[in-house]
Amino acid sequence: MMFAQGSFYVLAAVAVVSALLVITRRNPVHSAIYLIVTLLSVALLYLQLQAEFIAAVQIILYIGGIMVLFLFVIMLVKLDVALRQPPFNQQWWVAGAAALVLAVELVGVIYLGRGTAALPQAPPGSLQPNTELIGRTLYQNYMLPFEIASLLLLVAMVGAVLMARRKAS
Amino acid sequence: MVPTWHYLVLSAALLTIGIIGVLTRRNVIIILMSLELILNAVNINLVAFSRQLADVSGQIFAIFIITVAAAEAAVGLGILIAFFRNRDTVNADEIDLLKW
Amino acid sequence: MTLLLETLKPYLLPLIRVLVVFLGISLIVAYLVYAERKILAHLQVRLGPMRVGPHGLLQPIADGLKLLLKEDIMPAGADKGVFLLAPVISVIAAFTAFSLIPFAPNFYITDVNVGLLFLIGISSLGILGIILGGWASNSHYPLLGALRSTAQLVSYEVALGFALVSALLLAGTLSMVAIVEAQQRQGVWFVFLQPVAFFILFVAAIAETNRNPFDLPEAESELVAGFHTEYSGFRFSLYFLAEYAAMILVSSIAVTLFLGGWLRPFARVRALDFLDFTPVAVLVLAAAWCFRECFRYPATREWRWQRLLLLGLGVGALGISAGLLLPARFLPGGGEGLPAFPALTAIQGVFWFMSKVFLFLFGFIWFRGTFPRYRFDQLMSLGWHFMIPVAIANVIFCSLAIVLSRQMGWGLPATLWLGTAATLLVAALLRREKA
Repeated sequence: MMFAQGSFYVLAAVAVVSALLVITRRNPVHSAIYLIVTLLSVALLYLQLQAEFIAAVQIILYIGGIMVLFLFVIMLVKLDVALRQPPFNQQWWVAGAAALVLAVELVGVIYLGRGTAALPQAPPGSLQPNTELIGRTLYQNYMLPFEIASLLLLVAMVGAVLMARRKAS
Repeated sequence: MVPTWHYLVLSAALLTIGIIGVLTRRNVIIILMSLELILNAVNINLVAFSRQLADVSGQIFAIFIITVAAAEAAVGLGILIAFFRNRDTVNADEIDLLKW
Repeated sequence: MTLLLETLKPYLLPLIRVLVVFLGISLIVAYLVYAERKILAHLQVRLGPMRVGPHGLLQPIADGLKLLLKEDIMPAGADKGVFLLAPVISVIAAFTAFSLIPFAPNFYITDVNVGLLFLIGISSLGILGIILGGWASNSHYPLLGALRSTAQLVSYEVALGFALVSALLLAGTLSMVAIVEAQQRQGVWFVFLQPVAFFILFVAAIAETNRNPFDLPEAESELVAGFHTEYSGFRFSLYFLAEYAAMILVSSIAVTLFLGGWLRPFARVRALDFLDFTPVAVLVLAAAWCFRECFRYPATREWRWQRLLLLGLGVGALGISAGLLLPARFLPGGGEGLPAFPALTAIQGVFWFMSKVFLFLFGFIWFRGTFPRYRFDQLMSLGWHFMIPVAIANVIFCSLAIVLSRQMGWGLPATLWLGTAATLLVAALLRREKA
């Protein structure tokens, strides 16, 4: 029990710190590495929440797919110029103020709703076997959204190919 | 047992960091990465509540969000490459022409 | 002290297993390099390493020492942190994945119900090591090699995934142990039900490990050495270790999914039970070879160490085979409830698993000695225009066959072979369209 709690706080701290590093590094490759660290610790948090399937999907899709795509594009794009320019834009203080307001708001909402979120948690093992449950729910209750998601992926694929293609002429 | 609202706080922190990144950075690649942070923050909430309520629907939504994230990254990076090819820059505040 | 032992007890056995697997894989990697050099040499009618130890048997140790003693060079303008981090990522990814491989029913580190997904996930982390290493070197060839490697790995991962799916459809589970148990229950290795999927997995595995004929990321005639051009000494050996460990890993995955994991060939046929004694036979043969070589070496002073080494190896092999044949009734307590040869029974699983893996690895090396290298666009076209469509067709026909055999009560193998025939038809059509 102690181990579970301790690991949550450690993982959460790692996730937040490396998320901060993501948005402050000048070099996008470093940002990408810290984002990978964040994603990994979030995947481990999913494991702790007994969502093994989501954890595995997070690692395969996010880290093995999306982040590799990011790194690939970073290497295709010439960054020498961008590295010498200021990394933040001019209205950063407006954004910072807005984010501060948002943070206060979120903390307020969580504080007001802590009663709901403090409901007793389901006993361990209630979502097992995880993969079978997800499979059944996905293909029975969420069939239409699933098909729409596949359509979305198709559209995205066509769009990405069209965008990245050189003009024929 | 970690109370669920601790997960909410973590998720809120990641969301805020992501939004700061989107609003303040100039590099489009890092803006896209911050978007991934925001989507991940949402996923943490969904999975945490799925655990609390012993209902697998939250995890299904997380899968859909990951799908959307993949689509968004692919299209976003495609646009970025097309833009870089034309303007030789990846800075968001230099995307200021309506027609080329 | 006893309290400490009591608290450590649940961790002790897994820890020993982790250590055994880690050291075992490192040892196999070392001797895999030796085997590759030897086999390639014999394919080309050469001798290969012969000087260090009898028949060059100590060559891996000499190679390792040489790599460790070499200068560690950091290129000018390299991104220091990333340059140091990248090979470590590769090694960790390759070695962590072994914790999910079931070597035998009595020997695996862990078994989770999404085992295969985690395996794919962890091994896909290895790409990061390659792409980061290539980028951090701040040099043209490594960057090109890294880009090629990433494109190749990402493309072939799709075909690999679909090939795995068709085995999963038959097994009905993602747990690695349960997949082998399903093959035991159905009495047939999945390779005989899904030959197309196995073929795709094999080709994709070669591409995933950057092996010839798909070794474009490190094609020496074009890119010097690909993504690890700028790495030297210890860091180079880390990449080397990761690459060969990845070879063993994909072979293990293929063996677990398609070749029945730890199962003996014809495990159901009682008449072939004498095959259980194969480990002993192999050891005795090895010992006989050692003795023969020992007497063939000239009986002079400078060959004395080599002859002693061979003699020691032979005696050791004989000793181990004698230990394997120790009957249960000589054990303390008379061996109540134990099989007739407890030691032999205990190593059966690991022996068969590793033999199949070695067969696979031999295939890798054989391919390297046989096929010329593909061009990069040919590689991509093969992946996207042929492998992936065929893999998808195979998944569709396979699931169709399973549903049909369930609904209509047809025999599963026959229906699946019908599906395989349909897949082959699709493949033939695809080939014709291209030509």
